[in-house]
Amino acid sequence: MTTGQIQQTVKKFILENILFEDNEDVIKNDDSFLQKGIMDSTGVLELVRFIEEEYKISVDDEELIPENLDSVDNLAKFIKGKTG
Amino acid sequence: MCGITGIFNIYEDRKIPLDTLRGMAAVIRHRGPDGFGFYADKRAGLAHARLSIIDLSGGWQPIHNEDKKVWIIFNGEIFNYIELTEDLIKKGHRFYTKSDTETIVHLYEEYGIDCLKHLNGQFAFAIWDKNKDTFFIARDRAGIRPLFYTLTDGALIFASEIKSLFLDSRVRRELDPHALDQIFTFWMPLPPRTVFKNIHELPAGHFMTVAKGQVKKERYWDPDFTPETHIKTEEEYAGQLRELLIDATRLQLRADVSVGAYLSGGIDSSVITTLIKNFTDNPLRTFSVAFHDKEYDESVYQREMVEYLGTDHSYIKCTYSDIGRVFPDVIWHTETPILRTAPAPLYLLSKLVRESGYKVVLTGEGSDEILAGYDIFKEAKVRRFMQKFPASKIRPLILKRLYPYLDNSPTKALQYSEAFFNADTTAYPEKYYSHVPRWSTTAKIKLFYSDNIKAELKGYQNIDELSSLLRSDYDGFDHLSQAQYLEIKTLLSNYLLSSQGDRMAMGNSVEGRFPFLDHRVMEFCAKIPATLRMKTLTEKYILKESMKGLLPDSIIKRTKQPYRAPDSKSFFHDGKAEDYVEELLSESALKRFGYFDVNKTRRLFEKCRRGLALGFKDNMAFVGLLSTQLMNYYFIEHFQSHISHEIDNVKEQVTEVI
Repeated sequence: MTTGQIQQTVKKFILENILFEDNEDVIKNDDSFLQKGIMDSTGVLELVRFIEEEYKISVDDEELIPENLDSVDNLAKFIKGKTG
Repeated sequence: MCGITGIFNIYEDRKIPLDTLRGMAAVIRHRGPDGFGFYADKRAGLAHARLSIIDLSGGWQPIHNEDKKVWIIFNGEIFNYIELTEDLIKKGHRFYTKSDTETIVHLYEEYGIDCLKHLNGQFAFAIWDKNKDTFFIARDRAGIRPLFYTLTDGALIFASEIKSLFLDSRVRRELDPHALDQIFTFWMPLPPRTVFKNIHELPAGHFMTVAKGQVKKERYWDPDFTPETHIKTEEEYAGQLRELLIDATRLQLRADVSVGAYLSGGIDSSVITTLIKNFTDNPLRTFSVAFHDKEYDESVYQREMVEYLGTDHSYIKCTYSDIGRVFPDVIWHTETPILRTAPAPLYLLSKLVRESGYKVVLTGEGSDEILAGYDIFKEAKVRRFMQKFPASKIRPLILKRLYPYLDNSPTKALQYSEAFFNADTTAYPEKYYSHVPRWSTTAKIKLFYSDNIKAELKGYQNIDELSSLLRSDYDGFDHLSQAQYLEIKTLLSNYLLSSQGDRMAMGNSVEGRFPFLDHRVMEFCAKIPATLRMKTLTEKYILKESMKGLLPDSIIKRTKQPYRAPDSKSFFHDGKAEDYVEELLSESALKRFGYFDVNKTRRLFEKCRRGLALGFKDNMAFVGLLSTQLMNYYFIEHFQSHISHEIDNVKEQVTEVI
């Protein structure tokens, strides 16, 4: 699983389930979800539930921080690190 | 309690069609199933559907003055009618009934429009004064009883509920995208708008006169949070608040039928039931809603109060499918899209009340607005603190304290909730600071607009209409008072007292009464210093102080849990939608009605169907979209067929007074 594949998967999840969008251009890989108003705290919980199921990983409460979750790039890096 | 409706020809004499009047009364007869009364001449037609509560044999309306030159139809209660009547008799007025309706007629003869200042009650009425050639409609201060109108073809057409207006063929049925835009921001249309184009509500605390072809609308009351010059001690405020609430409760128990009370488990209804028990002779009969889902259920606290007070208690236990099942009926009664399902359990509860032989209940409604009970007031205080002291170490602790009752609390992911509390509020003027997070979250629903609706709303700024509702001295109020005032002007009258209040109770012919909304109580509370309404983060502090020794400590100390009901979960069972939900959110219905983007709505539907919609945002969107579709279905597409059986059944029940 490449970083690029992870990026594609999480982006698709966010587009379809958080933004209900077709247009891929509405998020860039380095957009901050918080700053762009893409995700609120519930969105984060939904996202975490998704990546836990999709990648069979477990995310601890201490890991719920923007450095891990706040952009497509950060997410891919975080997931890659967890799945090693 | 009743339904009123009528037609007034503004400029000239014209025949008032009686069949139209009959139909207008018939569609709101859930408000008054005990019989109908009519009056018509060439200027005015008045119709009344009656729920008998005071003067059971003599109180038939319309009612007139001594020489039959002044006629009234009235929905509501005047709680101080006994005192007013005594005074009017001394002044020489002769009464032919013992009803509070007749009191208003003579009071109007005595004082004209100023009669409103003398009334303690919840009311909407219309008076036709043939002597002065003046038509006069008015609504109570807090907006407890509804009144809608439209001006068309030289006529004022008015009614307790909008559906009644549509029985006059001159009135068009069309949803207003601007009103939808307001609902999808503020939760309700800003008065005088309703969700229908050209249908207006007479706002709370307003009256309207039509005389010599001139239509004039005026505000006669508004909450005033300007501080008193003489500040009393905490003990004085607590003591006086208790005395006022006792008096308001006593007055509101006046009725010629039995009066019950709601018991939610929260402090407000506990206060009202305790006052009934301790300070009146009224036998205490209570009703409550319990939920299968523990996240919403408060029955532990309800049972505690039932045992503490020794009341005769009944309750309904509400399931997800109960809510999904009654939701279409709920929307038929709310007559507006809503964003939460919370009215549905109250509709089921009023059914229980009615089936238990009761038609009047007292509730704790209004306390959160006038005594600062809502989380939104606390949130605003916390946000101001966060922005002022960005480095403070107690920030996480404060956040955790805010929402202990939520499973999917926004404070679970702390850094994200910090972002929420640090949210940029500059998109709206500073004077709306308290409400900006709610409005911003709600406004995410606009994402679902269809291209047509987007085009129609291009350039429209709904916030501009809000400022015209506010007092001119609003900017000078302290922060908490501004927040409370905003809440009273928006959600109280146009959501809680209507969609969740009057319409849900009257849907089953039950009248709600609200001692906290006695205008003397409201006026008194607005003058209590803000620091005593909310002390640090203790909501309704002064109310708790005033009730010390009367309520169990566990009820007083309990953190407030807002009344909520399960939202999108209520419409899907085992991954399958209720039939009407499937139909109304189908591609074809979405396209036909044209309000919402098909692809986005279908994705939301799918997310909810799979049980993945966790947050407020998606749930509000789902309920908002579904209820808008229901509104279109009932009121635009299928109105005639939906009402036809109601009209057919009415003919044999008419009690005419013409």
